[in-house]
Amino acid sequence: MIAPRPYALLAEITYRCPLHCPYCSNPTQVRNDQELTANEWTRVIREAAALGVLQIGFSGGEPLARRDLAELVRAAREANLYTNLITSGIGLDDDRVGALHDAGLDSVQLSFQSDETGLADEIAGARAHQRKLNVAAKIRAEGIPLSLNFVIHRRNIDRLPQMIELAETLGAERVELANVQFYGWAFLNRAALLPTREQVVRAREIATAAKARLAGRIDIFYVLPDYYETWPKPCLNGWGQRYLTVNPIGDVLPCPTASSAIPDLRFENVRGRALDWIWRQSESFNRFRGTEWMPEPCRSCPQREIDFGGCRCQAALLTGNAATTDPVCTLSPNRSVVDEVLRDLNSSSDHPPDWTYRINPNGIQ
Amino acid sequence: MQTDPQTGNSVLLFPEGVLELNETSMEILARCDGQTVSEIIQSLAEEYDIDPKTLAADVREALADLQQRKLIELT
Repeated sequence: MIAPRPYALLAEITYRCPLHCPYCSNPTQVRNDQELTANEWTRVIREAAALGVLQIGFSGGEPLARRDLAELVRAAREANLYTNLITSGIGLDDDRVGALHDAGLDSVQLSFQSDETGLADEIAGARAHQRKLNVAAKIRAEGIPLSLNFVIHRRNIDRLPQMIELAETLGAERVELANVQFYGWAFLNRAALLPTREQVVRAREIATAAKARLAGRIDIFYVLPDYYETWPKPCLNGWGQRYLTVNPIGDVLPCPTASSAIPDLRFENVRGRALDWIWRQSESFNRFRGTEWMPEPCRSCPQREIDFGGCRCQAALLTGNAATTDPVCTLSPNRSVVDEVLRDLNSSSDHPPDWTYRINPNGIQ
Repeated sequence: MQTDPQTGNSVLLFPEGVLELNETSMEILARCDGQTVSEIIQSLAEEYDIDPKTLAADVREALADLQQRKLIELT
């Protein structure tokens, strides 16, 4: 089929990270010593802009672990892209905030693990919370628009009101309260992270009320854990439709979790191919593009161009086959695998199990 | 706000989002340069030769919608 134009590039510039969050979705087998150079990234950025990309997110890992980040931001602004930094904030001292602002950085999305130090640091597996508070103040003092991203799960979901309060205190313009989606380490730690039905219902009420109360001051975006949904999420707005991700070593991914969730998908690399060719021609971008790949019940479903059959990675993780309907869908023949997880969790009064912290690739801390 | 080189249309970019502007929104936002809302309405009324009273509600609604989403600030 004919490829549409992409709107956003997620630039995962390194998988190195000082935090060890148990819901991290990054793979650990990518070699740090093969990361793309600044020159290679500049070429990728220009090729992405030529393809139609309007926005770039610098992510990771922790993008600040790259000392040449400001250079990459400048290259993106020169290509007329809107630039957004997605960061834990660790490593963002005064000089770097100023340098990034001078380079043209448009916005920072700062992650928080919770609203208070003890729990936040326990989740991060690092002493990070106090440093994040300082970083948020620096970003606001510099005049860069600030969004806070909270990853929500069973251990912190009951603190939603306090998290929203923290966002107000820190002067954030946007808050994302996104429940963990189950890929990577989060899939491994699912039993420890998935909230109960009662928690999810209460959290949604709190988020909805806060959204109304803060309208015009803070834009609040709440994401349910999709296991509790009836219909699947419109993952990526369709495979190969609007987004592309380039990982630290230059592999181009239709979705950031696809490299670990869909093992039989082979990815092209920007060192070997032009981005335009990869986007339009590669097997990985075309495999689930459009509706041709769909099995029933998706193929004849009136929702097929609304939710696109849900998430390919979730289908692969839960059924072993990426080309099946996302089992979150109530019409999926595999919905029982999700229902069983929910039933076990909600019928047990046991404490959730401990989680396993993410380890860093190649043992680099 | 910038021009999408692929379509020539104006777009408003924000974290993880793109809003494609229709011509009306674009004409309103292009005037958000320190003018008051009344001045914006007056300027549009003159440009398109429409009664400002007819325009006022639509302009205020468009601006309020963008403000609710934290895409613009009204001061």
